[in-house]
Amino acid sequence: MSLLAPGHRGCAGCCDALAGKFVLDALGSDCIVVSPTGCLEVFTTPYPESAWDVPWVHSLFENAAAVASGVEAALKALGKKSNTKIVAIGGDGATLDIGLQAISGAFERGHDIIYVCIDNEAYMNTGVQRSGATPLYASTTTSPAGKVSFGNPLQKKNMPAIIAAHGSPYVATASVAYAPDMMKKVKKAAEIKGPTYVHVHAPCCTGWKFEGSKTIEVGKLAVETAMWPLYEMENGTITNVRKLRNRKPVEEYLKVQGRFKHLFTMPGGADEIKKIQATADWNAKHFGLE
Amino acid sequence: MRNRMIVVEGSYAVAHAVKVCRPNVISAYPITPQTHIVENLSQFVADGEIDCESMNVESEFSAISALIGASAAGARTYSSTTSQGLALMHEALFNASGMRLPIIMTVVNRALSAPINIWNDQQDSIAQRDTGWIQLYAEDVQESADMIPQLYKIAEDSEVLLPAMACMDGFILSHVYEPVILLEQSLTDEFLPSYSPEFVLDPKNPMSFGAFADPSTYTEFRYKQEKAMGEALERIEEVANEFMEKYGRYYGGLIDGYALDDAEIVIMAMGSVIGTVKDTIDMLRSEGETVGLLKVRSFRPFPAEAIRKALRNAKVVITLDKNISIGKNEGALCTEVKACLYNAGVRTPVIGFMLGHGGRDIPVSTIMKIVNKAKLVEKGIFIESEFADLREDLV
Amino acid sequence: MKLIIKTVTKPGSTRVNKTGAWRSFMPVFDHKLCSKCGICAMYCPEGIVYKLENGYYEPDYEFCKGCGICANECPKKAILMVLEGK
Repeated sequence: MSLLAPGHRGCAGCCDALAGKFVLDALGSDCIVVSPTGCLEVFTTPYPESAWDVPWVHSLFENAAAVASGVEAALKALGKKSNTKIVAIGGDGATLDIGLQAISGAFERGHDIIYVCIDNEAYMNTGVQRSGATPLYASTTTSPAGKVSFGNPLQKKNMPAIIAAHGSPYVATASVAYAPDMMKKVKKAAEIKGPTYVHVHAPCCTGWKFEGSKTIEVGKLAVETAMWPLYEMENGTITNVRKLRNRKPVEEYLKVQGRFKHLFTMPGGADEIKKIQATADWNAKHFGLE
Repeated sequence: MRNRMIVVEGSYAVAHAVKVCRPNVISAYPITPQTHIVENLSQFVADGEIDCESMNVESEFSAISALIGASAAGARTYSSTTSQGLALMHEALFNASGMRLPIIMTVVNRALSAPINIWNDQQDSIAQRDTGWIQLYAEDVQESADMIPQLYKIAEDSEVLLPAMACMDGFILSHVYEPVILLEQSLTDEFLPSYSPEFVLDPKNPMSFGAFADPSTYTEFRYKQEKAMGEALERIEEVANEFMEKYGRYYGGLIDGYALDDAEIVIMAMGSVIGTVKDTIDMLRSEGETVGLLKVRSFRPFPAEAIRKALRNAKVVITLDKNISIGKNEGALCTEVKACLYNAGVRTPVIGFMLGHGGRDIPVSTIMKIVNKAKLVEKGIFIESEFADLREDLV
Repeated sequence: MKLIIKTVTKPGSTRVNKTGAWRSFMPVFDHKLCSKCGICAMYCPEGIVYKLENGYYEPDYEFCKGCGICANECPKKAILMVLEGK
């Protein structure tokens, strides 16, 4: 039985619920979860209920890493640290944007915590506004495609590199569509002492505009097109990548999502898709995916 | 060793008081004039004199956030900040009190920017009065230190469970060298029980902290916080008396009086200005004036009942505020004292004076001027609140 | 009912919400086609597809929201999404 109980208010086909379940499956019951504000927090804990079968705390949007570091310090001070894992599970907004400073501080201080970012590439809880994790040309409610716009004009922030630059002993990317791989990485992150980071790509059916049944399928396409490379970094060096045998063109990933629909209907869209393809090509080369 | 006075800096006395309370986690970010407190605590840690986790965080926001996590995990926690740092914590202050976490924090009172100013007034903590934290204001260094174990005892009471600010005036108290009695470890161990909350973050009893409350339950969370403040009102008095029995020192519970019983003009104030007010009263009393002091020690919870009782013989009430609610032309103490008298049918004039902003010195002459001004009210002249120490040459 | 306001909530207490009522389409598991791989259980966002004693899998319809991930991911196409009430 999952340590994330059913009966929560996640959308049918929710990627956050999947990611939360995988994290708990990987860590087991001897852990303490810290959630910043976000979908996962809101839909799992409407008072007086909680979907969490492990100790869980939510404070604010931007402070999960600081709260987690305080929990770790308290357990150490009280002599209760032993094997208990402390994991912060935050969305991309809480991680790449508003909570970045607290994460930087916690990673610099070297607390023995795991930070898992569930990246669904926009502020889904508030209605699909763009975040620092929103990819180029995704249409969101604050970066909508329009007569003179192809949507979000900015590239996705490279958060794993930022964390690695803090000297974290273990940084990995994962995807909800590759559950065994994700759980293996979360487990490894937990086993390594010090602040570790797993960045999980999580396709959101509501925000990306696809059928809830396709969450895994879309996640796989992101990996297969090199839009989301899967790799591990230990002490700043890439030590493992998931190779792609037949890399697919990015169109296959883009066309199944409503947030990129305009690229296929607007004049000039094909040229813009080339820019996205260039990102995937860079990923393939940089991470040695082929 | 008991009652041996030594001369130390105010910040040292406070840091020492924190040490003897045996906190588990300390988290703070340096900001003038709070720095000497955290520096002293860091030295205690470096010398192995205190057994705790000390976190040098990257901002005040993370300082308070870390303590929210630590407190939820069952730790006794301490922080200290001031001014901009306290303002930066604002969002998390509501969170700590709403989650009912008894974090103790010394606020070394300082003015807020702009214009940037590092000197004392009380705008910083007053601006946080609605955050659900207990706020006590210290008159001198000894009280600033003695407040720490008192506040742990009050805040950690299972009927209270609220965070608390120990407010001390920046520089005036934090940097002054005064003869004090450092709190004895053995007495403090007897006075202050260890912290053992009913629920903590514990894999063996996995409760969830910080749930989301919709309109059907949110009101009751606020109501419970208000009830807890009501409990604190009683505990502050009780704990002040318990402290008196154990240590032999007393500063008032919620309030304290000086030459108050027959006073027709009552000056109300908070913090270090009280010493100056007492000196002024001594001088005025020697001239036959019936002036007295009502010290407000607890601003949150606000002791309305105690204040009404203490003011029952007053003919004129003067409030001194080192803060202003801009747009109301009044300090917070003035507004709240007026409000607590009105519904009790008391129509004693309350005249507010704002002074000492941004560290402006408050000499006896300023208090004298205020008292003389207040006397106009006795002659039937209407006076609104005003700045007491404005430099007319600059405006 | 008097609500006892504590600042904490009990673990796993969302189980009182029977989210099966959300469902428009219902997954029907065909054991004849099933290879017992368990992918349906792994990718169920609610964590409510359980392994039976005989090794086959079935969802808990009290909670199944009918998202259809199990049907979409089943390598044997052994799960059929059927309109509720039909």
